[in-house]
Amino acid sequence: MTPDLNKLEGIATQVRRDIVRMVHGSQSGHPGGSLGCADFFVALYFQVMKHNSDFQMNGKNEDLFFLSNGHISPVWYSVLARSGYFEVEELATFRKLNTRLQGHPTTHEHLPGIRIASGSLGQGLSVAIGAAITKKLNNDPNLVYTLHGDGELQEGQIWEAAMYAPHNKVDNLISTIDVNGQQIDGSTENVLSLGNLRAKWEAFGWDVLEMNGNDMQDVLRVLELAKSKTGKGKPILILMQTVMGNGIDFMMHSHKWHGIAPNDEQLAAALLQLKDTKEDY
Amino acid sequence: MKKYTYTEKKDTRSGFGAGLLEAGKKNKEVVALCADLIGSLKMDAFKNEFPDRFFQVGIAEANMMGIAAGMTIGGKIPFTGTFANFSTGRVYDQIRQSIAYSNKNVKICASHAGLTLGEDGATHQILEDIGLMKMLPGMTVINPCDYNQTKAATMAIAEYEGPVYLRFGRPSVPVFTDPDQKFEIGKAWMVNEGTDVSIIATGHLVWKAIEAAEKLAEMGINAEVINIHTIKPLDEKAILDSVAKTGCVVTAEEHNRLGGLGDSVAQVLARNNPAPQEYVAVDDSFGESGTPDQLMEKYGLESGDIIKAAQKAINRKTGK
Repeated sequence: MTPDLNKLEGIATQVRRDIVRMVHGSQSGHPGGSLGCADFFVALYFQVMKHNSDFQMNGKNEDLFFLSNGHISPVWYSVLARSGYFEVEELATFRKLNTRLQGHPTTHEHLPGIRIASGSLGQGLSVAIGAAITKKLNNDPNLVYTLHGDGELQEGQIWEAAMYAPHNKVDNLISTIDVNGQQIDGSTENVLSLGNLRAKWEAFGWDVLEMNGNDMQDVLRVLELAKSKTGKGKPILILMQTVMGNGIDFMMHSHKWHGIAPNDEQLAAALLQLKDTKEDY
Repeated sequence: MKKYTYTEKKDTRSGFGAGLLEAGKKNKEVVALCADLIGSLKMDAFKNEFPDRFFQVGIAEANMMGIAAGMTIGGKIPFTGTFANFSTGRVYDQIRQSIAYSNKNVKICASHAGLTLGEDGATHQILEDIGLMKMLPGMTVINPCDYNQTKAATMAIAEYEGPVYLRFGRPSVPVFTDPDQKFEIGKAWMVNEGTDVSIIATGHLVWKAIEAAEKLAEMGINAEVINIHTIKPLDEKAILDSVAKTGCVVTAEEHNRLGGLGDSVAQVLARNNPAPQEYVAVDDSFGESGTPDQLMEKYGLESGDIIKAAQKAINRKTGK
């Protein structure tokens, strides 16, 4: 299916509205990384992945997605709702008592679309490798996708998994790193430098691609390229450059909006920059 | 009083290896992962029989737990194998988030638990693992007593849906249970009925409890012995029924006094029918190097220790 760029960008704008409204609604959550990854999520769920909104935990005969940096749950919840996994009205319950939309994603409340809890960082790549191995054992030709934060790469388990996947030719796996250069306490450069990420992942044996995560056309191009590289003996790693807070000028280029909520005035100012395209929940 | 005998001694980890092979033959969804300890975990037979369903992950236990969790998505039943220390403390958060909270059908199989690992010393002798695992909501915790029971337990957990911690050990210990036993998760096994004191034991301490009961009988004390192979969910009824009859209890385990079987039993009694309880357990301490027998003696986990504890519990009950 030829992608309709205007349509996808329109959905991404609506997803950004959802993100700031959800975080404002509960006065907590993580808008920065969520906004930066909106285009990636929309591309995955509305164009790239073969997936079924009639949710089955086993995920047989469809592509799977795992969010390892679970704190950017707002963007995932919005995209899951907007692609039919549950009613968009439920987004209003984000982080509130008795919600299925917990602060960090979980299977515990049985929210359709979620297959593993995440939040404690560094665990999602291992889980995705396990799911990818099971797909091979089941002769299921579909793919497994993951997303990780760049700060998350400071967790040691990531590198255990990074070593495992190429050694065992887990080549039905496309992992993406959100390289926004920010973490809670400041820039990744200042907190704990990540060094040359391309060289590191290549040295571990991954096929490394780069993309501009805030350019829908580039996101689609690189994800399709990544798909074409699967099944060739190597896992695929995409270094996705994004701007934290993308889409709302006063939230961009700073770690300050990693995990705080906008007040009423900030919400109004943010929504002025994002056109309502599919109706708010 | 039933008389228990044995003709051979075997390690419980070999019971796990035999059970894993049988579970693999019975169900093709069973897969196994190991963190560079295939021989120690006795996983060779499974690996040789099912090379495509066996996964060597290297010395990377956190990754192993995550991979196991992911493998359940699509229907596999993963058994992870490494030492108890590296199966629990080292990977607690991975188990907590990716397995327990996510309710994944992973079987965490842990060898070399407790002091009887021996000469390697305290770095490898975890005495806190039962406590760590039983505190996780939804986690089943099993600590069988001999080769046959470990084999049966391994086969039983393959048929149970949900996360399980299966604990076993390295030393050769008497094989005294039925080789064809049916293992019921969560069901206590009445080893010997008695009226004076309930000895509630798990793992390697069950045989020592049997030895203690025989000596107590010679001293005119009629001890009831119960094997709690499943620490969670705990067979509360079996415990309460026994203590209602005997009025006092000794718990026996190769684990820290804090957080183990004894604490689980104490909680059941405190909430229902408080009774004098004595603990045979490691007294909030790390272990050390030594032979298994030397360590069990030094840390007070021998049948003689159970006898003394039983006498003390009875004295407390009768106000002596």
